[in-house]
Amino acid sequence: MSLASVLQLRGVSKTFTSRGRDVQALTPIDLDVNAGEFVCLLGASGCGKSTLLSLIAGLEKPTTGTIIANGAEVTGPSPDRVLLFQDAALFPWLNVEANVAFGLQQTNTPRDEQRRIVQDWIERVHLNGFERSFVHQLSGGMRQRAALARSLAINPSMLLMDEPFGALDALTRDRLHGELESLWSATKKTIVFVTHNVREAVALGDRVLVFSPRPGRIIGDFRITLPRSRSLEDVAVIQQTAEIMRVLRAGLEAAPQLI
Amino acid sequence: MTTLTQRTALGSTQVKAESANESRAKRTTLVRRIVFFTSLLVLWELVSRSGIWPDYLLPGPIAVGQALLSGLRKGLYIQGAWVSLLRLVIGYAISLVIGVVLGALLARNKILQDTIGALVIGLQALPSVCWLPLAILWFGLNERAILFVVIMGSLFSIVLGVESGIKNTPPIFVKAARNLGANGFRLYGQVILPSAFPTILAGLKQGWAFAWRSLMAAELLYYTLSLGNLLQTGRDLNDAAQVMAVMVLIVIVGVAFNQLLFEPIERRVAERWGFGATGI
Repeated sequence: MSLASVLQLRGVSKTFTSRGRDVQALTPIDLDVNAGEFVCLLGASGCGKSTLLSLIAGLEKPTTGTIIANGAEVTGPSPDRVLLFQDAALFPWLNVEANVAFGLQQTNTPRDEQRRIVQDWIERVHLNGFERSFVHQLSGGMRQRAALARSLAINPSMLLMDEPFGALDALTRDRLHGELESLWSATKKTIVFVTHNVREAVALGDRVLVFSPRPGRIIGDFRITLPRSRSLEDVAVIQQTAEIMRVLRAGLEAAPQLI
Repeated sequence: MTTLTQRTALGSTQVKAESANESRAKRTTLVRRIVFFTSLLVLWELVSRSGIWPDYLLPGPIAVGQALLSGLRKGLYIQGAWVSLLRLVIGYAISLVIGVVLGALLARNKILQDTIGALVIGLQALPSVCWLPLAILWFGLNERAILFVVIMGSLFSIVLGVESGIKNTPPIFVKAARNLGANGFRLYGQVILPSAFPTILAGLKQGWAFAWRSLMAAELLYYTLSLGNLLQTGRDLNDAAQVMAVMVLIVIVGVAFNQLLFEPIERRVAERWGFGATGI
């Protein structure tokens, strides 16, 4: 794995104004992510981790600080850093195939090439036979697979995942963990993965960054060196989880009014 | 993979069972309708023959049917319907163009929303036939006055449908699309409009219904051949059978347009979005 830093955050903070009051969602954060790294952002609901992901995606602007992705300052969204949402955000007026093709259609990729890439990704996420299905005909797991294919079809260097498996049942989530892990090791994408599930973070991540409750700041940076592929039931995963839980709990106790 | 194939297999048997249920439900509906409408016609004929009201005020369905057939055979009704339809289509088309552009502008511009938007909502409350006296003063009793009333009848529903459809586009679709590289006109054409389409369609449909109503009201006052004018002629001739026959014709034209124009589009939208899939 190359150690080149592909994502640098320097003093990035975000303050929202709601009903005339300023609410600080993120205190200034510094962060470096290396190429091909699988980084999990872990924290309780409302700690600003999703906000941070939106900032990295360029869909929102930081109040202070700069974000540099692949050597260039982030000023807006880019197909090189694709955000995946918890509710897949597939377009209901398009079928699976057209959803996956959406990003390619925005570029000048030739038709034949588009078709080939789309079919390839549909196969890689195991959605063959569902090319013509509409979103409401898919299960939650299939929707996330389709969203994953839609994102990967445009070949971004970075995937930003916002609790993508949060709404799925345990079995489906398990399978998608395995599939994501193998897609990641095959494509060597950099992944920033937001979750509030500690074991999920440990099972998937090379690194787990623990966030304090609002306003969010990083209170722990764990390197997970356990051999892959890991499962949520591995003893080593459970032990590491317990360690991170301690840090998370200490953070929560420091701010009891927020629980 | 095996689970996926199993799921597909399971899915297809479910689909078959559902479609069998569906066709049975459709048959039941059809039988109910036939029974209801036949009874209604029989009852109407009986009441008409009972002599409670004179024939020339309440003709039975047979007399009305005869009037309808003879009117159609003479070509009078067809000619009248053609004139009315032409006006409807022209007026609606003008409304459609202005309405979509204006609705899209209103959805995107706060100043227009605060000003023109309020005006549109106000005017929407005015039944379009109220424009008729003014239209006659401005344009005279002619084609332009009628078109004006039809446009005023349908325009505001279309504007409001387009505006609310666009304004209610889920932000997550726009975010996802921008992230995948869509912007400018493509974002509009490929995401915002398709996402707004179900709401826009409802506005278009309401606009169509209002255009039809406005047209009939305007034509009542008009002296050249048209559906509305045929109604009025029937009254002048004390011919209730003709009045009812033309009413039937108006219903048929209205229903036919709905079935041919909006039904297929609505069905496609429902199929894609999964509306009505819950069986409620």
